[in-house]
This record gives sequence, C-alpha cells and structure tokens, in this order.
Amino acid sequence: MSVLKTTNLIKRFGEFTALDGVNIEVNEGEVYGFIGPNGAGKSTTIRILLGILKATDGEAKIFGLDAWEDAVDIHKRIAYVPGDVNLWPNLTGGEVIDLFVKLRGSNNKSSRREELIGKFDLDPSKKCRTYSKGNRQKVALISAFSSDADLYILDEPTSGLDPLMERVFQECVLEAKSAGKSIILSSHILSEVERLCDKVGIIRHGKIIETGTLNELRHLTRTSLVVETKQPLTGLNEISGVHGIEKKNHAFVFQVDAEELDNVIKHVSNFGILSLESAPPTLEDLFMRHYEGTGKTLKTGVGGAK
Amino acid sequence: MSKQLYKNTRILSGLIIRRDRVRIPVWLISLSALTIIVAAAFTDLYKNEGERQALADTMKNPAMTAMVGQGYGLENYTNGAMMAHQMLLFTLMAVAIMSILLVVRHTRADEEDGRIEMIRALPAGRLANLTSTILVLVGTNVLLALIVGFGLTALGIESMDLEGSLLYGAALGATGIVFTAITALFAQLSESSRGTIGFSITILLIAYLIRAIGDVSNEALSWLSPLGWVLGSEVFVNNYWSPILLTVSVAFILVVLSLYLNATRDLEAGFLPAKPGKKKASSFLLSPLGLAFRLQRTGLVAWAVGMLILGASYGSVLGDLESFFAGNDIMQNLVTPSEGFTLTEQFLTMLMSVISMICTIPPLMAMLKLKGEERKNRTDHLLSRSVSRIRLMGSYLLISIVCGFVMLSLAAIGLGAVGNSVMEEGIAFGRLYSAAMVYLPAIWIMIGLAVLLIGIAPKLSGLVWVYLAYSFFVVYLGGLLQLPEWMSRLSPYDHIPNLPVEELDYMKVVILTIIAIVTIAVGFIGYKKRDV
Ligand SMILES: Nc1ncnc2c1ncn2[C@@H]1O[C@H](COP(=O)(O)OP(=O)(O)OP(=O)(O)O)[C@@H](O)[C@H]1O
Ligand SMILES: [Mg+2]
Repeated sequence: MSVLKTTNLIKRFGEFTALDGVNIEVNEGEVYGFIGPNGAGKSTTIRILLGILKATDGEAKIFGLDAWEDAVDIHKRIAYVPGDVNLWPNLTGGEVIDLFVKLRGSNNKSSRREELIGKFDLDPSKKCRTYSKGNRQKVALISAFSSDADLYILDEPTSGLDPLMERVFQECVLEAKSAGKSIILSSHILSEVERLCDKVGIIRHGKIIETGTLNELRHLTRTSLVVETKQPLTGLNEISGVHGIEKKNHAFVFQVDAEELDNVIKHVSNFGILSLESAPPTLEDLFMRHYEGTGKTLKTGVGGAK
Repeated sequence: MSKQLYKNTRILSGLIIRRDRVRIPVWLISLSALTIIVAAAFTDLYKNEGERQALADTMKNPAMTAMVGQGYGLENYTNGAMMAHQMLLFTLMAVAIMSILLVVRHTRADEEDGRIEMIRALPAGRLANLTSTILVLVGTNVLLALIVGFGLTALGIESMDLEGSLLYGAALGATGIVFTAITALFAQLSESSRGTIGFSITILLIAYLIRAIGDVSNEALSWLSPLGWVLGSEVFVNNYWSPILLTVSVAFILVVLSLYLNATRDLEAGFLPAKPGKKKASSFLLSPLGLAFRLQRTGLVAWAVGMLILGASYGSVLGDLESFFAGNDIMQNLVTPSEGFTLTEQFLTMLMSVISMICTIPPLMAMLKLKGEERKNRTDHLLSRSVSRIRLMGSYLLISIVCGFVMLSLAAIGLGAVGNSVMEEGIAFGRLYSAAMVYLPAIWIMIGLAVLLIGIAPKLSGLVWVYLAYSFFVVYLGGLLQLPEWMSRLSPYDHIPNLPVEELDYMKVVILTIIAIVTIAVGFIGYKKRDV
C-alpha cells in the first residue's frame, strides 16, 4: 500500500522551475532514499510534502490525504527532521523536545525520550543558543524518533553528526523500519543510503531520472573486474559492454555492463584465469554516472587500451 | 478545514509567553510606570490653574502642535488635559514600537531563521503561529490599557477620572493593536524581518508626519493617520470613545487580510518581490567596508529619504510659526526674545535637538549591525580571512559616522529649503546648517557608546537605545517636569551650544569630541581582545 505518492509535481519560483514533474511513491514499511546533486529539488519536494510550500501543479498525497489541504491531519502521523535545525536560542533542548511532543498530541513515549537522549548523548538542560550544529540536529532527531509516527521524512538528517551518532541514527532508522514504518530519506552520504534504503530515487534538475530498488539500479550500471590470466588477454575491446580498460602490472582492470557480464567471463576464461576480483557497483558509481554531464553513460575513458 | 488552520494556537501562544516572560513585562512596566510617574509629577509641579494656564499659552503655537499634537482643552488646561497633550502622542509611538518589534520577532524573524518550519511540520495549523502572536500582542496591549487606566485613576487626580483614565489606557492599547495588525500584514508582504521592521516603522513615521502637517494646516488630513484618530479621542477633555473603536476595527480588518495572505502563501516567501542579485560582486563590495555598506544600503537610503522628509515637514511649520508670532503679543512677552534673534530662530534650537536625536537612530543601527552580524556568526567569515578586527569594526564605524553626517545634513537641508520657502523673513541657510552640524559631537558620543558596548559588553549593546531614549526624555520633559539639572546634564545633547541663539562654545565641542574619541578607542581595544 502506498503511504506517500506524488504525481507530476511541479513547483515554480517565479520564472524558475524547481520541480518539473516529480513522481515518487513510497510504500508501507519501505525506506526510500532520495538522492541528487545540490539544488536538484530534494528539499523543495519534501517541503511540498510537508505542506509548507504549495505545489504549482500536480498532486502530493500522504496517507491518501492532500499534503497542503490536510496538512494538520497528516502531521499527526509523521515526523520531520531537516538538515539545518534552527531552535529558539533561549529555550533548552529539553524544553524544545517537550514542546514538539506537546504540539504533536499524545502519541509519544516518554521512556523512549529518555532512552534516546541517552543514546544520542545530548545534554537537554542547555540552552539552544549554546548547542553546536550536531547537537541541534540531535534535538530534532530525538523528538522525531521518540514519536510514534507512521512516516518519517528526513532531509539530510545526519549533516553535522559525528560517525558514532551517525551509527545511532542508522539504528533508529532500522528499528523504525522493522516496526513497519515508512521512511523517506534525502542524503548526500551514499553509504548511508545504501545501507538503509530499499528503494532509491535520483533527482536531477527537478526530475526523477532513475528510480528502483538498489538491485534494480545496480543492473543499470557496471561491475568492475580485476583479472589476471595465464595467457595474455586479448580481444577485450571487441566485446560490447566493456569499458575503461586499463592494464595494471599483470592484471587488467575494466568495467562491464551488467547484461554483458556473462559473455565477458566466458571470453576471459579462455585465457586461463589466475585471479579474478569483482566489485559490485557502489551507489557512488551509479550516482556519479548520473550526476556527471547530462546523465548519459559514464565516460568510457581511453577504452580499448592493451 | 478552518479548525485545522488554527490547530494548536493555544500551545504556540504559551510558547510566545514563555519566550517573552521577561521582555513583555519589562515593556509593560516601563510604559505604565513612565505614564503614571509623569502624571503624578505634573500634578505636583503645576498645582494651580494659573501655572497650568501659563504653560498652555506657551504651547499654543504651530511648532508645538506639530510636535505633540493639537492639544485639546488648552483653554481649561487641567492636569488631565495637560497629560493627554504632553504625553499621549509620544507614549503612543513607544507602544507602537513595542508592538512592531514583538510581532516581527515572533513572525518573520522566526520564519526567516527556519524555526517556523519545525512548527509547521508538526500538527500545527497554518495560521496558528500568526494567530497566537496576534493574540499575545492583543493581550499585552489590553493589559497595558488596564494597568495604565487603573493606575491613573488610582492617583486620585481630580481631572483624571475613571473614564478618562481608562480611555487614556485604551488609546495606548488601541494604537498597539493597530500596529500589531500593520506589522502582521508586512510580515506577510516582506520576505525579511529587517524589511518588515522597516516598512512598519515607516508607516509609523508617516502616520506621525501626516498628523503633524494635518494638525497645523488641515485637520482633515490628520484623520488619515491612526495616531490622529487616537488623539482625536480628546482624552480627559471630551472622552470620545468612537476613535478607539475605529482604530480597533481597522486593526481587525488588517488582521483578517494578513491571515488570508498567510494562509495562501508558501512558507518563507513574501509578496513584495525581491529582485535577483548580481552574479558577481562589484569591486566595491570586495572589502569589509563595501560589504558592511552593501548589507544595509536599502535601509540607509530609506532613512536618508525619511530624514529629508522629516526636515521638510518641520520646515513647513516654520511659516505658520512666523505669522503666528507676528500676530501674538502674549507670546512675544512670554518667550523673552534674545537680542537680534527672531522667535522662530529660538524655536529652531529646540527643533534641532529633537531632529539630531532622530538622526542618531540610523548611525546607531549601522554600528550595531556589526553585533547583529556577529550574533549570526557571519563576521567569522571575514575574520577568518585576512581582515583584522580593527579593520572590520573600523568599516562599520566609518559608515556610522558618515551616516550621521549625511542624515543630519539632509534633515537640515529639508528644513531649510521648505522653511525658507514658506517664511517671509528667511533664515540664512548657513546659520541653520551650522545649528544642525553642531550636534555632530553628540551623535559621535552615542556612536562611541555603541562601539564601547560592542567592544566590551556586547550583550548589553541595547543599552545605547536606552540612553538615547533617556536623552530624549530629559530634553523633551526636563523643563516640564522641572527635573534637576544634573539629570539633563547626563545627556550629551544637553551640552551642545544652541546655535544660533547661543555662542558657539568651541571648548565644549572639543571636549565632547574628545570623549567620543576616547570611548571609541576603548571600544576598539575591547573588541580586539574579546572572543567573537
Ligand atoms: N524560495 C525559493 N525561491 C527561488 N528558488 C528556490 C527557492 N527555494 C529553492 N529554490 C531553488 O530550487 C532549486 C531546488 O532547491 P532544493 O533546496 O530543493 O535543492 P536540494 O536538492 O535540496 O539541494 P541540496 O542538496 O543542496 O539540499 C534550487 O535551484 C534552489 O535555488
Ligand atoms: Mg536540500
């Protein structure tokens, strides 16, 4: 069942088109990674979902309700963490957490609040004025994860967190996921997205250019291989789907399109394999491919070298 | 739908009260204490009718009318009439400023800093924040009205009965409420908190000037100004309540309009277009000085225009003043004319001290901008590059000093140009201009104090406003309240020779300048040494 769905979302700021037909769908129990270069439109999409920006055109629905019209009802069941948390300088972190709980209504667990304050190692008695960026981020994370939301909307939630806290954050997300909650996570930390997300959407210039599970996306990209053979390896550059061939000492390093992998291995095995290492494409490879240039295929380097 | 828009207004009102649990009481106490103490003092000082009537006669001239309002009941100048005449208008201005600052703080400023985003992502209605701000401000103003109303009654002064006292309070409250509404509206229209404050204060000054011109020349004009309406209630004289009703109704309409705009707009957007900036920095911008200027250019230009208009408005009164004196023997006797000076010139000196204090506001803002930038951690960008603190502070100081000079010059030019065009027997421009310029050392001392506070006790830098308000208070009310001399001697403006009536005392001017230089120097040393 879909928890969140946008259809042809368009947002213009004056002349400038920030979103140009964004389609996203997040199902129940799913963690959706939302990635894309700076200024691609991630935060804009999220702010439309939160009902704080009004879409120029298209539809944004959460729990089947309209994101703008029914914002209050939707917000009873969601939790939001922005990348840049701004708080009231003369309130303490604890007061802010309590304020958020109070605004949300009753579905908060106070034991959970204490647990999270401990886990994130936050001193809730300090004034927000004195908090570092990471500490302000923690205040938002604690109030989000201590609430009993059905959908978590996280826009670069870990910017400013140290690696230890980053890990606590990931635990929280996985916990929420195993409790059947849905999450939309925008992030520039691709390893985080890779670890947490079931599905990924890549946005660029206000358009979703790629979407699918990580496995599906991996198929769209290339595996890198490092091969050493008994006999000199030849004819590699005649096989389609082989890219970026380089020779390193005795070994060949190259990338292979997913669908050609079978052919290539067959070809290589004719030369007597001494060693073969393969690395699955990382999200980063995938990402680079889409971010660079106009989103065409990866630069093929000086393909065909021997 | 409609319920959703206001969801959680109550909790957000609580938040505002929690955040302002010191700020609001301080405003309330200062405003009501000022009113009540002055009322008591007036009654003490002007015990019999004769004394009051003598004072009333000196007030019956266009310059005073422009400054403090028409004055009702001048023929039977009771303590009440005197209070409403002398104090009401300036207290109204102070209440308006309180409302403007508080509304901006909880609407556009919070929104600009991204705090409203956190609230709006929670189940809080789209209009909850604006509504709770307005509710708290209305509550504050009603409270002020009641405290002042009952406080004045409690003094037991004969001419200040319960109804009049409550009306006096209501006049303050209604003004606060209408400026709450005006600011709420500009908080929707403008995209920044500075813009919102700027527009709202501009409306306040325009309201003051329209009323000034209207009161002197054409009463109908005064009815275009909310300040004119409220003064038209003729507190303690005729006690008309309808102007208060009018004011509150207008506020209500403005509130509805601002709620409508708030409900339809995007968060952090406005309706007044912010034009796209330049792609590249001009070479002028690429220095701390250029940057400091660029950051406040719009505001400074607006103030410059404002000061020109201020001067011109006062200038337009000079003609009336002159013909008034010509046909008024009592006046001729009352104000002992100094040798060789017209009465108009004598009034000019008082006008100059007021103008110079208003002209101190923009240079102080320019200087305090340095602290504002620091609080938002933006000075770090400069200081971490090869910009020394001395150079940074120096840039702001230079702008501030030039700004003071320009503002004072413009006000003098406006005053001179318009004044001379309406007077038969003009005042030589050079004389008028030097009467203004002689106030520069006082402005420098105020700037110096700002530098000193920024350098040594940045948290207390707001005190410079208190000092300016104090100076205004003693110059404006010192004579009326017959305050001891030392109290007015504490203000730098008091030490400035009153040109052209007095001699230019170089010694005084030099001493004042030296004091300014010393405070500035100490401020610089402090700024160099302290944490940023
Ligand atoms: N209020 C606004 N007015 C005009 N343009 C805007 C406004 N808000 C966002 N934009 C533009 O819309 C585009 C998308 O911005 P958005 O903040 O959604 O990017 P993002 O994907 O979140 O980037 P980042 O990774 O840097 O956070 C940007 O080009 C931005 O400049
Ligand atoms: Mg963003």
